[in-house]
Amino acid sequence: MNAIQLMVDALSLGSQYALVALGIGLIFGVMRMINFAQGDLIMLGAYALVVPTTADVAPPLIGKLPALALIVTIIAIAAGAGILTERFAFRPLRRREADGATLLISSFAVGYLLQSIVLFVHTGRPKSVSIFADLTRQMEIGGVRVAMIDVVTICVTVLLLLAMLVFLRWLRWGIEIRAATEDFTMARILGVRADAVIALAFAIAGALAGILSLLYVAKTGVLDFRMGVPLAIAGFVGTVIGGMGSLVGAALGGLFLGVASSLLQALLPEVLRPGRDAFLYGLVIFVLLVRPRGLFAGRNVGERT
Amino acid sequence: MLLEVEDLEVRYGSVPAVRNLGFHVAEGEIVCFIGANGAGKSTTMLALAGVLHPTRGDIRIESRSIVGLAPEDITRLGIALVPEGRRIFGGLTVRENLVVASGLRGGIATQRSMLDLIFELFPILHQRFDSRAGNLSGGEQQQLAIARALLTRPRLLVVDEPSLGLAPKFVELVYQTFGQLRANGMTLLLVEQSMRRALSLADRVYLLKSGSMVLHGKATELAERNDLEHIYFGGVATP
Repeated sequence: MNAIQLMVDALSLGSQYALVALGIGLIFGVMRMINFAQGDLIMLGAYALVVPTTADVAPPLIGKLPALALIVTIIAIAAGAGILTERFAFRPLRRREADGATLLISSFAVGYLLQSIVLFVHTGRPKSVSIFADLTRQMEIGGVRVAMIDVVTICVTVLLLLAMLVFLRWLRWGIEIRAATEDFTMARILGVRADAVIALAFAIAGALAGILSLLYVAKTGVLDFRMGVPLAIAGFVGTVIGGMGSLVGAALGGLFLGVASSLLQALLPEVLRPGRDAFLYGLVIFVLLVRPRGLFAGRNVGERT
Repeated sequence: MLLEVEDLEVRYGSVPAVRNLGFHVAEGEIVCFIGANGAGKSTTMLALAGVLHPTRGDIRIESRSIVGLAPEDITRLGIALVPEGRRIFGGLTVRENLVVASGLRGGIATQRSMLDLIFELFPILHQRFDSRAGNLSGGEQQQLAIARALLTRPRLLVVDEPSLGLAPKFVELVYQTFGQLRANGMTLLLVEQSMRRALSLADRVYLLKSGSMVLHGKATELAERNDLEHIYFGGVATP
């Protein structure tokens, strides 16, 4: 594999992880909760592409809409699902001042619930679905052939990160999210509505999940009710090595994990490759030993007062 | 009456930090809470702001009970708290800190006149508008914290230990500001450790000890008593 191909491959996986990590980091910021259900929102968005059926071959549902309508609908579904999980699973706990561990368990429960619903409706057999077939073609960069979907994934991620940066820096709602991430109680004392900020964070995280559903399915063409789990874990690890409480850190942490994973896969000697994850998480442990609060740690990420 | 507190009790776990506390603040007054560390002053202020929930008693703004309301809703009713430690958003710029506080009343663009007043009171905030708030000195951060509270357009401004950890010139500035705010019709409730400063600024003073009120009265009257230091540092009030 040529260096450019390898780079594109690594950045594409890194981009996916960065988007999951950003969603998890956003919610952790305002709620001090690790939302493992983030991965299952990606799964839910992906399954929304096809007709709910137990048959082996699922005809496309939203997947047959024109591209723009398809994209908007999937994003809306995932964002809506995100808002609903907050409203019905997390807000009642927050009202009772539940701690982070309780919320974490609740997010696992939401994740399993979503998986079980999909399992029930679609069965557990993986299904294939094709969207944006054009993107599976190869394209040429610098004389080498790379998959167009990887390039699109990287570009979409860069654009999303820039959009998030503009939103968080320049729009009042974005600034309120950053303030709430630093000191939630103080933000409330200044009149920031807790429910609104948290619902907004879930909506954005859900929208990010929806976009990832599309990128993921366009690349792999496969639906599996457990597809969100490894993504959520990668996103979580990304936020931890990036530094809990820093959104830029979360995104970069996710990117780092994806790139490291791809590079190890390609560069490890053949005989060691099956043990790639051991090396990857060994590296993660090393990073945390050197920088226990993450590579880009935010200040003030302790318990809320 | 702008603020009335009746039979207030606030507990940390099973330990009451404040009990049987009653006080009031009338429109246009400056009221000072004094007392040593652990007297329950900050606890009381956090209860006013809705951050801590009283286990007994009532807190009313113009006869309307605010017990159980969320902090953001209490801010909407006109209480603004500058808490102990100031709690500015250090990773945000001065401008962004002010944006967060102005969201409640229509955003920073519609608050020109208040912003002008703030820059007149605290010119340094204008100079350092785009600096990270975490890089400001303690005194500058206190000015920002007060400016932020003002942008919520409070009817009652509550400031917990405004002079704590500040250089004397900043303490002077902050206290001048309180005088100017009062001249503009603001009602103030301050927590202060220095009895001298409290007595010179306030209309009325409440002295707290171990979570209870031990003495209150007009500042001018209290200033004439010669047993104040004795009570403050642990003695018992003699009638």
